[in-house]
Amino acid sequence: MVASSPAVPAVDTVELAAASPDQPQPYRELGLKDDEYERIRSILGRRPTDAELAMYSVMWSEHCSYKSSKVHLAYFGEKTTPAMRQKMLAGIGENAGVVDIGDGWAVTFKVESHNHPSYVEPFQGAATGVGGIVRDIMAMGARPIAVADPLRFGPADAPDTARVLPGVVAGVGTYGNSLGLPNIGGEVVFDAGYAGNPLVNALCVGAMRTEDLHLAFASGTGNLIVLFGARTGLDGIGGVSVLASETFSDGTGRKKLPAVQVGDPFTEKVLIECCLELYHAGLVVGIQDLGGAGLSCATSELASAGDGGMRIDLDAVPLRASGMTAAEILSSESQERMCAVVRPQDVEAFLAVCAKWDVLANVIGEVVDGGRLVITFRGETVVDVPPRTVAHDGPVYERPVRRGPGQDALVADVPDRLPRPSGRAALRAEILRMAASPNLCSRAWVTDQYDRYVRGNTTSAQPADAGMVRVDEVTGRGIAVATDCNARFVALDPYAGAQLALAEAYRNVATSGAVPLAVSDCLNFGSPEDPHVMWQFQQAVRGIADGCALLGIPVTGGNVSFYNQTGDRAILPTPVVGVLGVIDDVARRVPSGFVRDGDTVVLLGDTRDELGGSEWAHHVHGHLGGRPPAVDLAAEHRLAGLLAASAARGLVTGSHDLSDGGLAQALVEACLVGGRGARVELPHPDAFVALFAESAGRVLVTAAPEQVDDLLAAASTAGVPAHVLGTTGGPALAVGPLEPLPLPALRSAWEGTLPALFDHPVPG
Amino acid sequence: MRIGVITFPGTLDDVDAARAVRYAGAEPVSLWHADHDLAGVDAVVVPGGFSYGDYLRAGAIASLAPIMTEVKDAARRGMPVLGICNGFQILCEAGLLPGALARNSGLHFVCRDQRLRIESTATAWTGAATAGQEILVPLKSGEGRFVADADTVARLEGEGRVVFRYLGGNPNGALADIAGISSADGRVVGLMPHPEHAIDPLTGPSDDGLVLFTSVLGAAVG
Repeated sequence: MVASSPAVPAVDTVELAAASPDQPQPYRELGLKDDEYERIRSILGRRPTDAELAMYSVMWSEHCSYKSSKVHLAYFGEKTTPAMRQKMLAGIGENAGVVDIGDGWAVTFKVESHNHPSYVEPFQGAATGVGGIVRDIMAMGARPIAVADPLRFGPADAPDTARVLPGVVAGVGTYGNSLGLPNIGGEVVFDAGYAGNPLVNALCVGAMRTEDLHLAFASGTGNLIVLFGARTGLDGIGGVSVLASETFSDGTGRKKLPAVQVGDPFTEKVLIECCLELYHAGLVVGIQDLGGAGLSCATSELASAGDGGMRIDLDAVPLRASGMTAAEILSSESQERMCAVVRPQDVEAFLAVCAKWDVLANVIGEVVDGGRLVITFRGETVVDVPPRTVAHDGPVYERPVRRGPGQDALVADVPDRLPRPSGRAALRAEILRMAASPNLCSRAWVTDQYDRYVRGNTTSAQPADAGMVRVDEVTGRGIAVATDCNARFVALDPYAGAQLALAEAYRNVATSGAVPLAVSDCLNFGSPEDPHVMWQFQQAVRGIADGCALLGIPVTGGNVSFYNQTGDRAILPTPVVGVLGVIDDVARRVPSGFVRDGDTVVLLGDTRDELGGSEWAHHVHGHLGGRPPAVDLAAEHRLAGLLAASAARGLVTGSHDLSDGGLAQALVEACLVGGRGARVELPHPDAFVALFAESAGRVLVTAAPEQVDDLLAAASTAGVPAHVLGTTGGPALAVGPLEPLPLPALRSAWEGTLPALFDHPVPG
Repeated sequence: MRIGVITFPGTLDDVDAARAVRYAGAEPVSLWHADHDLAGVDAVVVPGGFSYGDYLRAGAIASLAPIMTEVKDAARRGMPVLGICNGFQILCEAGLLPGALARNSGLHFVCRDQRLRIESTATAWTGAATAGQEILVPLKSGEGRFVADADTVARLEGEGRVVFRYLGGNPNGALADIAGISSADGRVVGLMPHPEHAIDPLTGPSDDGLVLFTSVLGAAVG
C-alpha cells in the first residue's frame, strides 16, 4: 500500500510556528470553535503547529473530551458511596472498570459505541468496534474472555437495514470469531428511530489475577515508550486530512484512504497473546491501547497520567504509507496497535517476546523530566505541549438543558385508546403475531454467525437471559453479563426509562443465578446542541446513577455517543446498560426456559395494566406514548436477592425474565428454548393485560413440585409476590381458556422472521 | 499417553483441545508452529482457529509451517493425527487428507449444535465409538463445505473413509453430507465440527465429543 514517493513537504515546526503567528490555520474545518483555538494559542503562547493543531482538535472533540457530558457524568461519582467502591479496583477514567470477583480474580468490562463508522461501512465499522473494546480490556492487563454486542437498526423491512444489518453482523462475527472470543449476548432491536443512524455497541469482558492489574501511566524517567502491533497508515484519519490537503499540492499521486478504519483480526489475536506473555513476564510498567485519536491520545494520556514529560520520535514509527505528515501519524486510527512503557533493562526481553509472536515493535520515545510532551519529526520539533492540556484540560460545556415542548403531548398520548384484541381466538392470534415480530422473534439468524463455544468456558449464551462464562476452571467461579435498554421507555421518561434499562439488565443477571456486581453503560443520544436531547441525557444519567445507588452497585465505566441523528431528527435516547454479576460456581447457574417436564411454573412479581412504550403498542399500532411501566428498584433488589438465594439452594430448575412482549413472549420463549410446552393460568383478570403488559420486576421460574412450597416460602420471606401459574410439559403451550398453541406453530412463527428478511444468498 | 496440540499464530481452540485431551486422561503437550519438534508425543491434534489469519485459502499457509513437516513425516509412520475445523483444512492443504473445504453454501459463518453419525470406527480416533453412533457436537465455521472430485468421493465412500456425516440438515452444502474423513490407514482424521467443545454438558451441548480423545488412547503407535 506504499504510495509513490511524493515531494517532501515542509515540516511545520515549533520554531516556524513561533515565527509565523499570523499564518491562517484550518481549525474550524477540524471542528474547533474560535474560542477553543484561542485557548490553544494562549496555552502555548504562540500558534500551534499543524501537528499540535491535529492533536488538540481530535483530543478536544466531543468523542475524546466528553466536553458536553462531563458536567453530567460527574454525577456518577457523586452517587458512588465507599461501600459501592469496595469491590472496585479501577473505575471511570481508566480504559475500563475493574471489579474484584473473589478468589483472587478481577474482572474488567466495558461497553462502547461504534455507531457512525458502522453506518458508513457496516462491516469494517462493526469489526473495528469489537477490536477497539477488546484492546481497552487488554490495556487493563486482562485476558479478554467474552464479547457481546447490543445492536439497533431501522425498521427490519427497510431497504437500508438490508444493507447495514448483514454487514454489521458479519463484521462483529468475523472479528470476534477470529479473535477466539465467545459472543455471549447482546441485543438486536429494530425501530424507525434508528433509520440512518444504527447503533453498534460492543461489550468486552476480561479476567485477570488481581495482582496483574495494569494501569495506563508513564512513570519513571528514562523508561522507554514502545509502540507495538500494526503499522501506522492513512486509514481512519478523518478530519485531519484537511491539513494534508493544505500541505500537499495536487498530483502527488497519494491515495485518499477511507475515514473508516480497516480491521485485521489476526494481528489483534496475536497482539492479545503477545500482551499476555509480556504481562506475565513482568515486562510492562504502563500500557495504553491506540484507539480513537491514535498516538495523539496514547502519548498525551500516558504522559499526563505519569509523573514527568515524554519525548517521542515520529521517525521511529513504522508506517504503511510514505510521505505521511506528523499530523497524520499522530491522528491515524490504524487498528491493532498498543503503546507500552518499559524499563530500559527490559526492552530487549520485551522485543524478544514481540519477535516470537511476529509482532512489530519499536522504541519510539522515553519518559523525561520537565513535564512536557515533545515530539520530533524528521529531526525537528513539531510538538511541545503540556500533555494535560491535550488530554484532560479540554473545553467543558454547560449545554442548555430543556424538556422539549413535545414531551407533554407524548406522555398524554396514553395507549388506553388503542384497540385491544378480545376473545380467545384474537388473543391466541396475537401471541403468534407478537412472537413473529422483528423485535421479539428468534435472534438465531444473528447469533448463529457468532462463535459462542471457543475457549470452552461458556455456560450460557443467547438466547439465555444473561451470558455466562466460567473464569476459574477449578472452583467454577464465573461471571454473567447482560445488556438492555428499551429506548421507547426512555423517550417517554428518560429518568425512569434509564432505570428500567438498569433494572432489566440487573434482573437478567440475577435470573441466571449470579449476583449483580457492577455496571457499564453506553449512552447513545442525539445532538448535545439540542436542549431536549441534553435533558434526556441529564435525566438518563441521573436515573442510572440514582438507581445504582439504590441497588448498591457502582458504574465502573462506559462511553458517551452524541450526534446520533439524521438531519435534525435524533435517535430514540438509548442508554444501553450492561450489568456484570458473579456466580460462585457456574454449575449452579439457572438455565433459561422450561427444561424439565412436570415442574411448577411460578411468576414472581406483579402484573399491572402497563402498555405505554410496550412492544405490543409499537408492533401492532406503531404507537409510542403515555408512561413507561413503574420502576421499583427496591422490589428489583428483593427479587434479585431471592433469585440468587434460590439458585444457590437449588430451588429453581429454570427461569426467564419478563420484558419486551410481556408474559406471552416469556412463555413462548421458555417453551421453545426448553423444547417443551406448558399449561398455565393467567395472573391477571384481564387476559390481554396478563399476556402483553410489560410491568417491570417480573421473572418466570420453574420448580420441582416437591420444592414449590420452599420457593413460595422464600419468596414470601423476601417480600416478593409469587403466583403459581401451572405446570411444564406436553407438546403445546396452553394458556388459560385459549386453544393450545402447538410448539411447531410457535417455532415457525418465532424462527421464521429474520431468515425471511435477511437470507438472500448472493446470486452467482 | 502424551498428545501434542499445535498452536499456530491465529489458532483459537488449542486450549479446548488440550482440555479435551486432559479430560480423556492423557497429557496435553503444547507444540509451536515454528518448531521442527514433536517433543516425542504419541499423537497430534491440529486444532481450530484462523491460522495466520487465513486471509489466503484457509489452512494454506499453516500447511507449510515447520511443525507440519514433522507432522507429515510422523503421519506417514502411522502416528494418529486429528484435524478439527481449521486443522481439517490444514491437513487437506498439507495433502494428508483428500478434498478441500470451501465457503459455506449459505455464505455465512454457521455456529450451531450439529448432530453427526459416526460412520466408521476403523480409525485411530473413533475406535471406542460404536458404528452408526449419533453424537451432538458444535459446528462453527465459514468454510466448511467439503468438496472433492467424484472419483475421490466414490473412493472415500467405497473404502469406508467417510468417518462423520451430518444429520438433521446439511449445514454448509458439503458433498454427501460429509463432515469428516480419514486417511487410507485410518490414522489421520479430519472433521469440521468440534468434538473438543462437547466434553462436558456444562460448557457444551453434550459430552459426546470425548469419544474421539478416548479412542486414541488405545491407538498409539506400538
